[in-house]
Parts: sequence; structure tokens; C-alpha cells
Amino acid sequence: MKNPLDSLWGTVISGVILTAVLYVVVRSILI
Amino acid sequence: MDPVMGIARWIHFLAGVMWIGLLYYFNFVQVAALKAATADGTNAGITKHVVPRALFYFRWAAVVTWLAGATLLGKEFVNAFTLSHGMAGIGVGAWLGTIMLINVWALIWPNQQKVLGLKPATDEEKNKARRIAFLTSRVNTMLSIPMLFFMAAGWSHRGTFGL
Repeated sequence: MKNPLDSLWGTVISGVILTAVLYVVVRSILI
Repeated sequence: MDPVMGIARWIHFLAGVMWIGLLYYFNFVQVAALKAATADGTNAGITKHVVPRALFYFRWAAVVTWLAGATLLGKEFVNAFTLSHGMAGIGVGAWLGTIMLINVWALIWPNQQKVLGLKPATDEEKNKARRIAFLTSRVNTMLSIPMLFFMAAGWSHRGTFGL
């Protein structure tokens, strides 16, 4: 499997997905 | 009015724009530009004159951003880093920024020194260092996206996304 970080847009999409995951974690567990 | 906090916030923004601006320059512009320049033999000017200057402001802007951010957190510093007492939102942003700062000084800068010839390294070591610096820079670009989200929506505008 290709590393998404080798692609600029793979990096950006990974960052957006990570944002959504962290947001859900903070809202549902930490607040 | 609290001038110390006001100035810390101003410096945090100034240095943060420089840090993340240069990070995006490296990732959105320089990687592709160096690839093209290497192909036509015009890369020497970039690696000799542009990269060392960009890395200087990049790594020191990271330090100033973090220190100004820590000042801004003030008495909430511990609550932010322990994600407690309503500070989880900004705390996640602070953790992401801290991980990015460590990546700059522990991985990107030492490996770039080898790539640029500022530290002795064999060709094999240089190739390995180039790959590590590249991937760490990409990790920081990825982390900057949630980091900026939690910076923007985690404290002063926490109502925006219910953080």
C-alpha cells in the first residue's frame, strides 16, 4: 500500500480525517 | 486590559504564520520545485541559498510560537496539557503544536543538516536523512490541519464548534 504522505493531497486528506477523528474524541470523551 | 497576554497573542500569531507558512512553502512549493530543478540541473541555487535561510526562520519561528503559546495559556497551561477543566479543545491543539515542535528540532533539522552537508554523511546516510526529513515534514503538514482547527476553535471561539 502506498504511503499517503508521499502525496501532497494524501497528506491534506489525512489531516482532514484526523481533524474529524480528534473532534469526535474530544466531544464524546473529553468534554 | 492585559498587555502581556495581548502581546503574547500577537507574537503567537506572527511567529505561527512564519512557522506554518514556511512549512507549507516546503511542502506545497519546494518539494515539487526541487524535483523539477534537479531534473534540469538548476537545483544548486535552491539548496545553497534558499533552503538554509528558510530552515533558519522555520525552526526558530517554531520555538517562538511555542513560547508565546505557553505564555498565552498562563495558569491554564497544566489544564490544557492534561486535557482537563474544560481545556481539552485547546489542549489537543497545544499537544499537536508541541509534537510538531519536537519533530522540527529532533527529526527535520538534524536530518536536513546531513542533506545540506552541514554535518558529515555518506551518500547512503544522506538519502536516508532526506527520506526521514521529508516524511516528518509531511507528518507536520498533516498535523497542522487539526492543530489549526483546535487553535481556532478550542478556546477563544470554543462556542463555534461546541468545544
